Amino acid sequence: MSTDLSKIRNFSIVAHIDHGKSTLSDRLIQYTGGLTAREMKEQVLDNMEIERERGITIKAQTVRLNYKAHDGETYVLNLMDTPGHVDFAYEVSRSLAACEGSILVVDASQGVEAQTLANVYQAIDNNHEIVPVLNKIDLPAAEPERIRAQIEDVIGIDASDAVLCSAKSGLGIEDVLEAVVTRLPAPKGDENEPLKALLVDAWYDPYLGVVVLVRVFNGRMKPGQMVKLMNAGATYKIDKLGVFMPKATDVESLGPGEIGFFTGQIKEVSDAAVGDTITDERKPTAAAMTGFKEVQPVVFCGIFPVDAADFEDLRSAMGKLRLNDASFSYEMETSAALGFGFRCGFLGLLHLEIIQERLSREFNLDLIATAPSVVYKIYMNDGEVIDLHNPADMPDPVKTDHIEEPWIKATIFCPDDYLGAIIKLCQDRRGEQVDLSYVGTRAMVVYNLPLNEVVFDFYDRLKSVSKGYASFDYNIEGYREGDLVKMSILVNSEPVDALSMLVHRDRAEMRGRGMCEKMRELIPQHLFVIPIQAAIGGRIIARETVRALRKDVTAKCYGGDATRKKKLLEKQKEGKKKMRQFGKVEIPQEAFIAALKMDND
Amino acid sequence: MIGDNFSSPAIAGEVARPVALEGAKPLSLYIHWPYCSRICPYCDFNVTRDRGQASQRALFDAIMADMRRQAEGLGNRQLASVFFGGGTPSLLPPDWVAELIAQAGDLFPYTDDIEITLEANPTDAEISRYEGFRAAGINRLSLGVQSLDDAALKFLGRNHSAAEAIRGIETAQTVFGRVSLDLIYALPNQTLDAWETELRAAAALGIEHISPYQLTIEQTTPFGRAVKRKLWSPPEEELAESFYFRTLDVLGSLGFEAYEVSNHARGKAARSAHNVLIWEGVDYMGIGPGAHGRLTRNGARTATVAEKDLKTYTAAADPIEAIPLTPSEAEEEALMLGLRLTEGVALNRLPNLPIIEKATPLIEQGFMELTADRLRATEKGRVVLDRLLFELLG
Ligand SMILES: Nc1nc2c(ncn2[C@@H]2O[C@H](COP(=O)(O)OP(=O)(O)OP(=O)(O)O)[C@@H](O)[C@H]2O)c(=O)[nH]1
Ligand SMILES: C[S@@+](CC[C@H](N)C(=O)[O-])C[C@H]1O[C@@H](n2cnc3c(N)ncnc32)[C@H](O)[C@@H]1O
Ligand code: SF4
Ligand SMILES: [Mg+2]
Repeated sequence: MSTDLSKIRNFSIVAHIDHGKSTLSDRLIQYTGGLTAREMKEQVLDNMEIERERGITIKAQTVRLNYKAHDGETYVLNLMDTPGHVDFAYEVSRSLAACEGSILVVDASQGVEAQTLANVYQAIDNNHEIVPVLNKIDLPAAEPERIRAQIEDVIGIDASDAVLCSAKSGLGIEDVLEAVVTRLPAPKGDENEPLKALLVDAWYDPYLGVVVLVRVFNGRMKPGQMVKLMNAGATYKIDKLGVFMPKATDVESLGPGEIGFFTGQIKEVSDAAVGDTITDERKPTAAAMTGFKEVQPVVFCGIFPVDAADFEDLRSAMGKLRLNDASFSYEMETSAALGFGFRCGFLGLLHLEIIQERLSREFNLDLIATAPSVVYKIYMNDGEVIDLHNPADMPDPVKTDHIEEPWIKATIFCPDDYLGAIIKLCQDRRGEQVDLSYVGTRAMVVYNLPLNEVVFDFYDRLKSVSKGYASFDYNIEGYREGDLVKMSILVNSEPVDALSMLVHRDRAEMRGRGMCEKMRELIPQHLFVIPIQAAIGGRIIARETVRALRKDVTAKCYGGDATRKKKLLEKQKEGKKKMRQFGKVEIPQEAFIAALKMDND
Repeated sequence: MIGDNFSSPAIAGEVARPVALEGAKPLSLYIHWPYCSRICPYCDFNVTRDRGQASQRALFDAIMADMRRQAEGLGNRQLASVFFGGGTPSLLPPDWVAELIAQAGDLFPYTDDIEITLEANPTDAEISRYEGFRAAGINRLSLGVQSLDDAALKFLGRNHSAAEAIRGIETAQTVFGRVSLDLIYALPNQTLDAWETELRAAAALGIEHISPYQLTIEQTTPFGRAVKRKLWSPPEEELAESFYFRTLDVLGSLGFEAYEVSNHARGKAARSAHNVLIWEGVDYMGIGPGAHGRLTRNGARTATVAEKDLKTYTAAADPIEAIPLTPSEAEEEALMLGLRLTEGVALNRLPNLPIIEKATPLIEQGFMELTADRLRATEKGRVVLDRLLFELLG
């Protein structure tokens, strides 16, 4: 099968979260007959359980559609549905690299949001032709004309011929398809050149093993061919070659402009690094393409089994998850408080939450997660620079010269009413205002913020001060020196390693007080008084006490009450399983994470 | 002749006990009568409003049948004590009480010194029947006085006044000789001094046995709901602790000994033999709706629980569910109940529990004491006994 280049269109669908990318994909698949009505379900491309449950896209998905256009020609459309959430922005970037154009979906009632901007600028950076689509026009609150103007104002692209549609009702779907065919460019490429294809994505499929998604630029791929991953230097024989329609369908070959997949005895997903160039082993292309920037985990936390006996199960679960998600990293960690576990790296807080949830759900593990932390650069007196992923590993301050922390540039969109509260939140978090502008009644604020202030309950606070109406996007800006100190939390005079954190000196006392108060609420009363202290080095900056239990005895206990008393004790025993013994003190698991969610500050 | 059944080390708590019959194993009997004239807002016992239901006689017959059925196959037993609890068993016609006692006597031999207690409410209506109960065989009365303060009685939803309570006490003393008072403390806004005055007033009536209970807020009761809705709140833990120690001090100074967490007696003879037997793990048969029992059959200890619902209990061919206890469950129970006694629990009743090891830190902290053959909670330990049990068994 070989398709005339002029009859191919490759496009990504990009948007802010929930603006309807996956639903639009459904309609496009349905319209072009990729799935029968019986096979169709809502957001059919969101096939991970967690995606379906949360109604969000985590992984980009590619589908090939055959569309007979108004000009009478049949086109091959490769659609890439992308995630909207900032944590998965790298999924968007690799999809963009495989396409020539983008559909920018904007919710016609909500308008431009933080990820609308972030994603469209990425598309522009990739030299994409962009078709704006105003979705959800079925909603009574839809204001397509206002949003059209807003797109022009804020993004600065022509939206006069934006397509109006409702991915829900199916209105305007044909217009979207026509716009793709007529307004997006066809791919370029030469079938006679040596094979040059981009490794767009790779994942583990229980039936097929490692599946590699590719975009062919030059040359041709065929089953049986020996291909080389140029950066990895590894060679594989193509076993199976196919496209997703959206069901995996074998093809004879893939030529220039085409997007498809192959399998070939690749053992691990990490052997197939995204961004690598694939070429023919015997007739290689001269130069590899520039790959993708490697994604680096930015948020770390410790994950420990509640029951130490589950450690090996946790290890194997992590290995399995990583097969499918190379962006998450883990290495073994030991904590005095929590025993054996893993230090894990994530792309952001949602990513962290999702991995935790998958671990506990898909693998049935009871876990304790410690507070998220960022990567600090510790400059030692001897010139060495250490990447610190775990505050517990902080070297002795006398040996350090200075510390740097990651900063982000955050873009927040919000209704005018909440602007004051949001600015206050950013200021409190050591933010520096970069920009403030208005789009109608919506404000766009840009702040530089230290990431460590963001991983510490920033989203929760943002959500609560804006009643959920603010949208947020960020990128890492780089490292800056900060007056950071390690704060330890001592329970009954012993430091609990899993609770220590790096904080800015000016914020230490407040955070210390908050931590101590929270711990006082969470640690149950014992038979003795338990002091809780926050300390920087030897200096105590905050303290609280859990008072000793003074009266705890059932008033009446006769024959019939014995059974009741026993049930109570059984319940207490269950509760104890959710505690961690630390010295003489039992600390409930939730203390390790909840202590970092303060109610107000 | 006096056998060693009652004085074996397994049953070492000191109490006036019936003379033991040769070869017989002791058995106590608990009879539950669920009716009350009015349901108190703090109570979560298995109770039903007494509306003079015709079905009461059928329930009574079912209780009689329950006793006969459970008596089967129990082997050579001697009735060691009987306790009529509730609900309000003082609402039973005295001749029904007599029937129950007579049938118990037919099933199991007992000696004249047996303790037969009845829980009674001190309303004038019931006071008039005390004579009848005495004639039926009751020789100890446990009076639900709850308070000697009218305002407190009103708060507690009681249908008797302080004056009636005092009349009830005086009548009971002349009729029965052995009388115990139930009092409830730690009411909202109650002061320590007011409580002390009440205790002293009760003791001044010549009472030999007092059970002062801290008001327990049970979730499913009107009090539970009121507290949840924050309409009022019981004293905080520290004040509750002060109430507890004030009780010990005052009653102690008046010659009472706290032989159990909430039971104080002037002299060993005044102790509740029935309850001591149960805390020490003697077999007891529980009859009546919702009653619990512990019976050893064929060498294995069994927990029994009767159907709670009155109609179902009455209609059932056999309303008893029997749940066998494993040896370690039986020992955990022995520990839970035994530690309530000031004298503690005999170690030889706990051969399978790793108890010494768990108790060591608690002993070091002064919450427990170990003697040659017993483990006991100290005064400081008894007020946090539930936590100690959690440390020992959790
Ligand atoms: N009324 C209406 N609702 C729509 C329309 N399109 C999508 N939705 C709803 O909007 C919500 C989000 O739709 P999705 O398609 O999951 O959005 P998405 O952009 O893929 O979201 P992410 O993948 O999480 O970024 C769902 O509840 C859809 O049913 C539309 O045209 N009209
Ligand atoms: C089983 S009740 C029955 C006694 C009798 N019906 C009466 O109320 O006088 C025995 C005793 O338990 C005590 N009691 C019941 N509920 C209580 C509670 N919620 N808190 C404290 N003591 C309680 C009362 O002192 C009561 O006298
Ligand atoms: S406290 Fe006594 S009288 Fe009141 S409802 Fe309970 S059992 Fe009946
Ligand atoms: Mg989606």
